[in-house]
Amino acid sequence: MKAAHPDALPIAGGTDVMVEINFDRSRPDSVIDLASVAELDDWGPEDGYLRIGAGVTYTRIISELGDRLPGLAMASRTVGSPQIRNRGTVGGNLGSASPAGDAHPPLLASKAVVELASSAGIRRIPARDFYVGPKKNAMRKDELIAAFLIEPSNGPQQFSKVGTRNAMVIAVCSFALTLDAKRKRVGTGIGSAAPTPVTAGEAEAFMQGVLDEGGLWEKRGEIDPSALVRFGDLVAAAARPIDDVRGTAAYRRHALAVLARRTFAWAWDEYRRKSVA
Amino acid sequence: MKVTFTVNGQRVSADEVWEGESLLYILRERLGLYGSKNACEQGECGSCSVYVDGTLVCACLVLGGQAQGRDIVTVEGIADGHALHPVQQAFVEAGAVQCGFCTPGLIVAAHDLLRHTPEPTTVEIREALAGNICRCTGYAKILDAVHLAAERMAST
Ligand SMILES: Cc1cc2nc3c(=O)[nH]c(=O)nc-3n(C[C@H](O)[C@H](O)[C@H](O)COP(=O)(O)OP(=O)(O)OC[C@H]3O[C@@H](n4cnc5c(N)ncnc54)[C@H](O)[C@@H]3O)c2cc1C
Ligand code: FES
Ligand code: FES
Repeated sequence: MKAAHPDALPIAGGTDVMVEINFDRSRPDSVIDLASVAELDDWGPEDGYLRIGAGVTYTRIISELGDRLPGLAMASRTVGSPQIRNRGTVGGNLGSASPAGDAHPPLLASKAVVELASSAGIRRIPARDFYVGPKKNAMRKDELIAAFLIEPSNGPQQFSKVGTRNAMVIAVCSFALTLDAKRKRVGTGIGSAAPTPVTAGEAEAFMQGVLDEGGLWEKRGEIDPSALVRFGDLVAAAARPIDDVRGTAAYRRHALAVLARRTFAWAWDEYRRKSVA
Repeated sequence: MKVTFTVNGQRVSADEVWEGESLLYILRERLGLYGSKNACEQGECGSCSVYVDGTLVCACLVLGGQAQGRDIVTVEGIADGHALHPVQQAFVEAGAVQCGFCTPGLIVAAHDLLRHTPEPTTVEIREALAGNICRCTGYAKILDAVHLAAERMAST
């Protein structure tokens, strides 16, 4: 469909597209309405993953997938308002690829994969390779985002966002954490603090080292507070924030270190409590 | 482009709809339904809130063509003929209406909340109405109105 009309503008929930059109920043000659494409609204299991259609809204992620994807559901709850969550989709968030998009950090932290479809077939790209620049993604003009693949949680997940007020805010910075207790891995995702959403690889490796050396996964042992501080610092170091109207670069780094420390402490507490239950 | 859909139970169509035209524009300028207000056109204020196939959305963010074949309910469709809906009655009685610009959107959003959560807490009301901005009332009376409507609807 897209191949036949490479210049047509895809529209899903319209919560980004319509703002552009209403303000005359874009005047499309033709649009492709994805909201009426039923295949994009489906989700289901596939080889241990969940394959979720690009058109599934935030409201549905929360109500239908909240137990299996707690991190993405937490992020979805912070998006806009009920009206926006009822309409806005993860596919649209990926299409816009704004560094502030709230779906990106949990997708990165859980090593999600984006599925692109065209008449030439499908290709699957890890989320971390999908964001290629500010509001730029790896999708070709003849492609559409069909779905994303993400593993159901194997351990605690967290998402935390700093905004200027409580509701309806674009993130000043945000952080997502996935603990994979099956593989004993730590996953991270940072939003709004670099030209694209990014992961904090060094912070992940450092924390995996701490947990492995101490045998903490098996013991469900306590984490040294200094390790948490170091983790926070490494997350902050992975960001390349800028000064803008929502906050200075220095503030963003500081806030990220705090978010990372805090979310890790929450997630690890949850993991330790599970041993008692 | 011609767009045909149902609004408040009636089949309607609009001709010569431009590719980028919003559902809000069609409702107001082509169908004369002025209940849904046009304030921000960017999803921020909620004054254009309507139902599309039973889902609460901002009409300013729905492309006209996306309304094709859908079932739309606007604030005009909430009342039962000339009898106000309990949510509307409660807004009037609680003094939740000042200039009234935000009111239609709030009515639809509050209506949606009470359909899903008949006895909402104050926190739940605040969350449900987070996408509706009121510049006049300071929200306290709006919260009162929603509580009042919930009580009345529970007792009928
Ligand atoms: C008031 C308001 C508050 C908001 N708050 C937040 C917030 O808190 N956090 C946040 O992250 N975002 C927020 N947003 C932005 C927006 O809601 C999200 O980015 C949302 O995920 C967009 O989804 P959509 O389906 O509406 O996308 P659309 O507007 O339909 O599309 C967005 C882009 O993606 C493309 N696209 C959509 N689907 C596909 C597909 N399947 N294949 C290829 N391209 C596609 C479109 O062509 C377009 O370029 C807010 C927006 C508004 C208006
Ligand atoms: S006019 Fe639609 S939300 Fe403000
Ligand atoms: S009563 Fe005036 S904006 Fe709400």
